[in-house]
Amino acid sequence: MRIALFATCLADAMFPRAAQATVVLLERLGHEVVFPSGQTCCGQMHVNTGYQREALPVVEHHVDVFETALRPRAQGGDGVEAVVAPSGSCVGSVRHQHAVVARRMAEQGRADTGLAARAEAVAAKTYELSELLVDVLGVTDVGARYPHRVTYHPTCHSLRMLRVDDKPLRLLRAVHGLDLVELPDAEQCCGFGGTFSVKNADTSTAMLADKIRAVQTTRSEVVTAGDSSCLMHIGGGLSRLRVGTKTVHLAEILAGEGWEAAL
Amino acid sequence: MTTSARDEVLRRIRTALGRTGGAAPQPSPVPRDYRTSLGQEPGAPGLLDLLVDRLVDYKATVHRCAPDAVGATVAAALAARGARRLAAPSGLPAGWLAAADVETVTDGAAQDGGALPVATLDAVDGVVTGCAVAVAQTGTIVLDSSPDCGRRALTLVPDYHLIVVRADQVVGSVPEALPRLDPDRPLTWVSGPSATSDIELDRVEGVHGPRTLVVVLVEG
Amino acid sequence: MTTFLGMPGLPVATERGTLRGPDTFPVAARRALADTQLRKNLGHATSTIRAKRARVVGELDDWEELRAAGAAIKADVMARLPELLVQLEENVTARGGHVHWARDADEANRIVLDLVRAAGTPDDPVTSVVKVKSMATQEIGLNEALAEAGIAAVETDLAELIVQLSDDTPSHILVPAIHRNRAEIRQIFLDHMPDVDPGLTDEPRVLAMAARAYLRRTFLAARVAVSGANFAIAETGTLAVVESEGNGRMCLTLPQTLVTVMGIEKLLPTWRDLEVFLQLLPRSSTGERMNPYTSMWTGAPRTSDGAPDGPQEFHLVLLDNGRTATLADEAGRQALHCIRCSACLNVCPVYERTGGHAYGSVYPGPIGAVLTPQLAGMHGHGADAPAGGDPVDSLPYASSLCGACFDACPVRIDIPSMLVHLRAKHVETAQAQRRVPGLPASAENAAMSAAAWVMQDAGRFSFAERGLQLGRLLARDGRIRSLPPPLSAWTTSRDVPAPPAETFRKWWARTRGDRS
Ligand code: SF4
Repeated sequence: MRIALFATCLADAMFPRAAQATVVLLERLGHEVVFPSGQTCCGQMHVNTGYQREALPVVEHHVDVFETALRPRAQGGDGVEAVVAPSGSCVGSVRHQHAVVARRMAEQGRADTGLAARAEAVAAKTYELSELLVDVLGVTDVGARYPHRVTYHPTCHSLRMLRVDDKPLRLLRAVHGLDLVELPDAEQCCGFGGTFSVKNADTSTAMLADKIRAVQTTRSEVVTAGDSSCLMHIGGGLSRLRVGTKTVHLAEILAGEGWEAAL
Repeated sequence: MTTSARDEVLRRIRTALGRTGGAAPQPSPVPRDYRTSLGQEPGAPGLLDLLVDRLVDYKATVHRCAPDAVGATVAAALAARGARRLAAPSGLPAGWLAAADVETVTDGAAQDGGALPVATLDAVDGVVTGCAVAVAQTGTIVLDSSPDCGRRALTLVPDYHLIVVRADQVVGSVPEALPRLDPDRPLTWVSGPSATSDIELDRVEGVHGPRTLVVVLVEG
Repeated sequence: MTTFLGMPGLPVATERGTLRGPDTFPVAARRALADTQLRKNLGHATSTIRAKRARVVGELDDWEELRAAGAAIKADVMARLPELLVQLEENVTARGGHVHWARDADEANRIVLDLVRAAGTPDDPVTSVVKVKSMATQEIGLNEALAEAGIAAVETDLAELIVQLSDDTPSHILVPAIHRNRAEIRQIFLDHMPDVDPGLTDEPRVLAMAARAYLRRTFLAARVAVSGANFAIAETGTLAVVESEGNGRMCLTLPQTLVTVMGIEKLLPTWRDLEVFLQLLPRSSTGERMNPYTSMWTGAPRTSDGAPDGPQEFHLVLLDNGRTATLADEAGRQALHCIRCSACLNVCPVYERTGGHAYGSVYPGPIGAVLTPQLAGMHGHGADAPAGGDPVDSLPYASSLCGACFDACPVRIDIPSMLVHLRAKHVETAQAQRRVPGLPASAENAAMSAAAWVMQDAGRFSFAERGLQLGRLLARDGRIRSLPPPLSAWTTSRDVPAPPAETFRKWWARTRGDRS
């Protein structure tokens, strides 16, 4: 399948390994990945902080870029059948926020009335990595080997916005050599919440402290998740406390140990 | 003053809804895809077992008996409690207290001076009543102020409440109970003895209502 | 009060300080987070109730269908609110009750006070009333208003009594004393409850018995009761109060006069609708299949023989107090569907750690964060001023948007989306107020505008990424331990990884650049 990668701004700038591993994994599974170079960001930070007017051009831009990617090549597009992002919350934003912003801005006379429908059309073809693998491509065993003790944190937006359910766990269970340990109170938020982590830093840190305590009880070498943002938060706490447990994006584990050799 | 507040609030609501005069909208259809019945006839053995299980779970004491043993079962329960002076509603079936060695004061009865004062209710050892309907799934018994239930104070002030439930009064779920009740009557839905979850959100039984709830379930 | 939000002509609540606290959420939360006893009490209580709720909800295989029905019924109520209220009024009146309407808190308090006074005589005035726990009367500050007129309001719900005895404020909509543990409650009783047994232990059962003994005489002698209502049935005029202890039954049954104060949104159209809500509410609130007692009455209630059964003077006060302003916002209206079960508080990771006082409103937790700003109005300051600004404006930000509240809500209120909506309203209000030509409204606004300018163009974005690479200079061992404000709020407790040597975009161009 021909698939467009939405790397997300955070992975592009700060955590390229998550996006690189997604490419390596999908190519290994025999798919063709394209990277529409005009892409930037989904605008989620703006929307979640209340800046919907400012988010509007970012949303418009995202819709433009991926609408083109999804258009058949004969019509000047990239002819991709799906868009994938290694992030539950960015896909959540595309799927649940873009049309809302478009409608609100159209009501205020700031956006084109057709934008919401275009955003919905792009959203309908946009998948988080585990959704793409399990639901669209129909694989759970991606043929990876990763001989480490790992615990999985289901990020809030994967879990409750996208309802990815146990798809990431099914993928992880099929990874050879991986010792998967259940995370206590896994479904509790890690406290990131975008600008919440700065605006309400004390509460955010209190939530993080409990998440780190839970991670520690698993005695895992690695904590994984489908979102670089939450991993940045958990990893920031683990690093500050010198816990030793590493954060690794789900895509990197599914790409398999030694995937960097393919870089 | 009050009239104008009424008009004002109603006007504000219409403005808020963007309704400028005109007829009220039709009720919108409600998707009622939930269970409206457990699929068992009132009094079915499965329902009786479920009711007992749920009552016991919420710390009610349950005695099951045949129709001809109600008097004896009630008498034994009251004797075990050591109850000597009981309140009863005016329409309590005659046989229920016949075998009990107790003095009975009847609410609303002329010989007992009409409606029993609260002080009298506070001084009796307990009260015996029937009920209107029982809900097996939730362990709930509904009192409806009919002659065998009595008025609400009667079953509230005494510390011990014994309710006789007939098998045919036991339905499966809440949706099966409501059509059997008259909204014009004051209703009390009782699920176990009085309790509170206010201390550390854990349930403990026994606060202001009757601290002991005994149910005699009449089968067959 | 004026507000920039909502529709013109729809005033928000008149406040008695019950919705707007003294501090913004971040400031109040910081204080609460430092209280280890509070953290322990809340952690214990919320995890207990979460487990109980999960167990009883799991027993019903039609839970999702019940939620869908509950949501649909409430949406229908809002759409037909004027007609349903009038229908309720007719039915209550036809059965011997009286209906009053109150535009705001002051008006509601005046009505109740007049009714309490009318229940006494010049020789024998009513000097106290018994109360069933009610959010509406807390919201309007009724106890304080009655106290000013020399009438004592005795709270009879155990948790409410604990709060009242210790001169505290409620911190939870169902269990106002959730922030207290058994040892603290014992001490409050010993210090403030007249005639209490000095040998009192901290056994919950013993504490409950002490409350029973303390309130018993008060109940039996009460002449006037004040209550709220969980539901009112338009079709029949029936009111319902859901409770546990029997204090509700005492108040609703024994006095001669009953005054019920109810928000206009508490309606249900039909008797049958109770079949949905009597299943949703107890399982969501106390985690029980059914709460111990539910009382229902219609007008001045009579037994089937026609004898009086309970208060023959019944007054229903229908309260607006900002509800119509809430109704005017289509995206915020859903907050009025709330049945005050408190499930969203119990599952909220923010509430669990800060407790209810941090919200500064009688409505704390996720529902409070969306209801309070709509009832009380936001003022537009505080978007980027965690320490200053308006406490109410800080509430929509008091959430990590984790979504646990939506999943728990028995009537499917989409609290996370509403929080995002209210944040947008807040920012738009701030922008409208502080617009100086050519200047953004605040530093945060300036940063957001700049970021948006960068993010709408890949060229600008990759240029900005180059700037980010400079961050590598700040890193030691691959991590950055300190950043300047406002990002210092992050680095006080969390490291930031060093930016990578090569962005994804550059890697792609280098390895696969010829492909698209
Ligand atoms: S918003 Fe929903 S979950 Fe929260 S108290 Fe209201 S009804 Fe309950």
